[in-house]
Amino acid sequence: MPTVSVKRDLLFQALGRNYSECRAGSWLCVSRGGRGTSEKEIISKEQGNEKAEGASDVVLYKIDVPANRYDLLCLEGLVRGLQVFKERIKAPVYKRVTPNGEIQKLIITEETAKIRPYAVAAVLRNIKFTKDRYDSFIELQEKLHQNICRKRALVAIGTHDLDTLSGPFTYTAKRPSDIKFKPLNKTKEYTACELMNIYKTDNHLKHYLHIIENKPLYPVIYDSNGVVLSMPPVINGNHSKITVNTRNVFIECTGTDFTKAKIVLDVIVTMFSEYCENQFIFSNFFFLKELAYRKEIVRADLINKKVGIRETPENIAKLLTRMYLKSEVIGDGNQIEIEIPPTRADIIHACDIVEDAAIAYGYNNIQMTLPKTYTIANQFPLNKLTELLRQDMAAAGFTEALTFALCSQEDIADKLGLDISATKAVHISNPKTAEFQVARTTLLPGLLKTIAANRKMPLPLKLFEISDIVVKDSSRDVGARNYRHLCAVYYNKNPGFEIIHGLLDRIMQLLNVPPGEKKGGYVIKASEGSAFFPGRCAEILARGQSIGKLGVLHPDVITKFELTMPCSSLEINIEPFL
Amino acid sequence: MADGPVAEVLLRQLEAADGGLDSAELAAELGVDHQAVVGAVKSLQALGEIIEAELRSTKRWELTAEGEEIAREGSHEARVFHSIPREGLAQSELMRLPSGKVGFSKAMSNKWIRVDKSAADGPRVFRVVDSVEDEVQRRLQLVQGGQAEKLGEKERSELRKRKLLTEVTLKTYWVSKGSTFSTNISKQETELSPEMISSGSWRDRPFKPYNFLARGVLPDSGHLHPLLKVRTQFRQIFLEMGFTEMPTDNFIESSFWNFDALFQPQQHPARDQHDTFFLRDPAEALQLPMDYVHRVKRTHSQGGYGSQGYKYNWKLEEARKNILRTHTTSASARALYRLAQKKPFTPAKYFSIDRVFRNETLDATHLAEFHQIEGVVADHGLTLGHLMGILREFFTKLGITQLRFKPAYNPYTEPSMEVFSYHQGLKKWVEVGNSGLFRPEMLLPMGLPENVSVIAWGLSLERPTMIKYGINNIRELVGHKVNLQMVYDSPLCRLDAEPGPPRTQGAA
Repeated sequence: MPTVSVKRDLLFQALGRNYSECRAGSWLCVSRGGRGTSEKEIISKEQGNEKAEGASDVVLYKIDVPANRYDLLCLEGLVRGLQVFKERIKAPVYKRVTPNGEIQKLIITEETAKIRPYAVAAVLRNIKFTKDRYDSFIELQEKLHQNICRKRALVAIGTHDLDTLSGPFTYTAKRPSDIKFKPLNKTKEYTACELMNIYKTDNHLKHYLHIIENKPLYPVIYDSNGVVLSMPPVINGNHSKITVNTRNVFIECTGTDFTKAKIVLDVIVTMFSEYCENQFIFSNFFFLKELAYRKEIVRADLINKKVGIRETPENIAKLLTRMYLKSEVIGDGNQIEIEIPPTRADIIHACDIVEDAAIAYGYNNIQMTLPKTYTIANQFPLNKLTELLRQDMAAAGFTEALTFALCSQEDIADKLGLDISATKAVHISNPKTAEFQVARTTLLPGLLKTIAANRKMPLPLKLFEISDIVVKDSSRDVGARNYRHLCAVYYNKNPGFEIIHGLLDRIMQLLNVPPGEKKGGYVIKASEGSAFFPGRCAEILARGQSIGKLGVLHPDVITKFELTMPCSSLEINIEPFL
Repeated sequence: MADGPVAEVLLRQLEAADGGLDSAELAAELGVDHQAVVGAVKSLQALGEIIEAELRSTKRWELTAEGEEIAREGSHEARVFHSIPREGLAQSELMRLPSGKVGFSKAMSNKWIRVDKSAADGPRVFRVVDSVEDEVQRRLQLVQGGQAEKLGEKERSELRKRKLLTEVTLKTYWVSKGSTFSTNISKQETELSPEMISSGSWRDRPFKPYNFLARGVLPDSGHLHPLLKVRTQFRQIFLEMGFTEMPTDNFIESSFWNFDALFQPQQHPARDQHDTFFLRDPAEALQLPMDYVHRVKRTHSQGGYGSQGYKYNWKLEEARKNILRTHTTSASARALYRLAQKKPFTPAKYFSIDRVFRNETLDATHLAEFHQIEGVVADHGLTLGHLMGILREFFTKLGITQLRFKPAYNPYTEPSMEVFSYHQGLKKWVEVGNSGLFRPEMLLPMGLPENVSVIAWGLSLERPTMIKYGINNIRELVGHKVNLQMVYDSPLCRLDAEPGPPRTQGAA
């Protein structure tokens, strides 16, 4: 959920009135946070008092905004939304106009298809910036870049002083060595190759280089005189940079997602056309055929039915209008026509309109009721068996552990004397550390690590876990499956094989499996296992199949898990007993 | 009681004594082992305030076994001297005497004897003096008589070097009368025995009082893990409310079921390498329900079912990518898809509690894996009010009664609401869950009827457990670094029985 910082005084000024700290907090904060803090307080909290010297005392409100409400990412949008909600103003109508003289053109060449195929653009004419407005304008771009633009991967925004340029403009892609320009806030020209090197150490820009790095062609925008406007998504040219005094702002959005590029452009122009000479009016580029006002018709009883309220269609239309969705009752009196403005790209289905009606009504005002849904509950059989066994494992004197399903290759292979290829383990492709290389194929390492972390506890340690392991299985749709295992270990000055063996006998007793080789019974047979001491390992056969092994652990295994005492263990698959 | 008579003597002596007496002195006087007196002191102490005993330690010189032998029979050198007759003795014969070797060299250095190497049948030993004073024996006898202090430091250390003397530390008690001193004590029985029961002798015997302030001996027992005890209770609550448990025994999931089926777009940040564990092997799902996949693809890329869609280029290879599931909602999606295939539609209530995985930055409250609790209800005409009503009942069973609902955004629910409860301990509203109605773009491609709504909510198992048990670091609760003592000591999990969770040290 993005957080927007706004200066309290600017907010109150824009709202045209002051609020007490508390009321402002609860009123604004449909979402969390909202406590006023000054920049000074924040810096002093994070970096100590000395650094805070000289920082501003201006009180900031930090407001959490839903991740799909791009129209609330700046002060302008927040204020407009609140004023409309409070019915102090009507939702403004955004218009695009064709300017006197020739319309600006942005020509998109075919070369861009391979790297960044989409571009949209618009001009905000006769805008009046102030320091605060300008800062808000820059910050909105940054917020959009971080959120909907997915760190500039999907969309990148460039803003320019139109008066320093001459159209038509060309969006193309060129070899990096053929691109040469003076980038923003630099004093000399560099080739694109040089820039990529320079920005490797730039804390802000280095995060965006990977988007085009190693591609044969880089995207670039020129004006008719060959001036570079920008090399998206990395950097703008210095030539056309905007200042507080810029009057005509040229905005271009390039990207790999056309829909999102349009949404981003719409948000910027609708938010800042407020400061244009003719409020809320801006000029578009010829190919942008729509400024997406859309109409939806939703039946009032559907809204009532989905929310669980009983409001008249008129009231519902009023609720929606307050949510910036201009609505009116039409047709048979039960239909509501809703106009979705370009600022509300989040509305893609009637259910989004239902939610806005519910929010305007107030979630906490909705009457709570219980549905009449009649159902009979069933437990998942595997979990039912697990729950029963857990109880009796504890009754048998063993203590339950809860260990991680992810671990290192070493844990399930090397430390148990196995080769990783023999484990059938699934491998994770992007682990941040070795602890998350594979999903466990056995519960034993987790229990041994639990003992290692609890060596100060009095002996003996008797632990168990009943949980899932994962192995590759090409018969499953995803190519892997879980097995529910039961594992137990006994750790003491003596190996205690008879104790683990006795536990097996008890488990079989609980599962009503008789001892003996006859059908339906269980036996243990001498076996071998790399994790076990030679001659101290047996395979467990029950109901005609092998379900696991028990034995005394090999001293190498004990040592590799940083343990010092003998230890015996048991691990079985419990699924055959379902 | 073996030390009974000693204890009685001790009490009589103590009655007569002025102030008190020393346990070692008493032992010497009675001619019994000192330990017998110590035993008597301890058994009297156990009876209460009859006596007072102060532990003292004193150092004392004692003869070694060899020292005692010398005190009795004379030093080795003296014994050698006396065994030599006037006419002398063959050295080889002398060496065969018990004190021969040691005594010979000492007697030589004392110049008591001499050796004539020119004798006809080998070296022969003769006396040099007529009589000798056995100083060693005399000194040892002094020590034996308790007069060690009469010896000089040098003499004592010489004897100690010869291993004839040792210095011992003696722990003795200085015993004095206690506040309830009496010589007339009757022996108290400690425990009832089968013999007393059969003979009836218990009727006449006094019994030693129990110390009820002492702790009992904890039984040897096994223990269930606290987090899983909470899991059991959550299962119980869902079952009480008529919810059927969904299968969740597949940690590996395709991106399709984890994201695409939930109408979560392919560029969503949750699908990033930074947030989700992708698999290298097996990297891709082998089978997907292709009919359904096509409906999902169309809904994402073009819309439909009343939706604008996300209008992007939906890719099958992205949907095939295998991951460790990031939520159990993938299991809910599979369950709802199965439900949609059953005609006619039957209402359903489902729940699950199982592990989910996030490739997140780890800290005191976040691990790469945790348990998610999820509840789902599918029926005709369900409303937000129904969702809130069910949540109220669910949280009431957890002992949480004050609830507030707040708008939220979630890609697969609309409307969505975050659930907050007022935390008495923390004195603030804390988020306890997330909920909503699944989007039609998720349900309709599955084949569920249009007028069926599905409400769902979810929460983590760890967070309420940490708050309940006052645990600040999640590693103490989950994983191998768990503190087993905490597991041993953890109480029953009775979610609705406690007025509030135990005090947490400022943990949120």
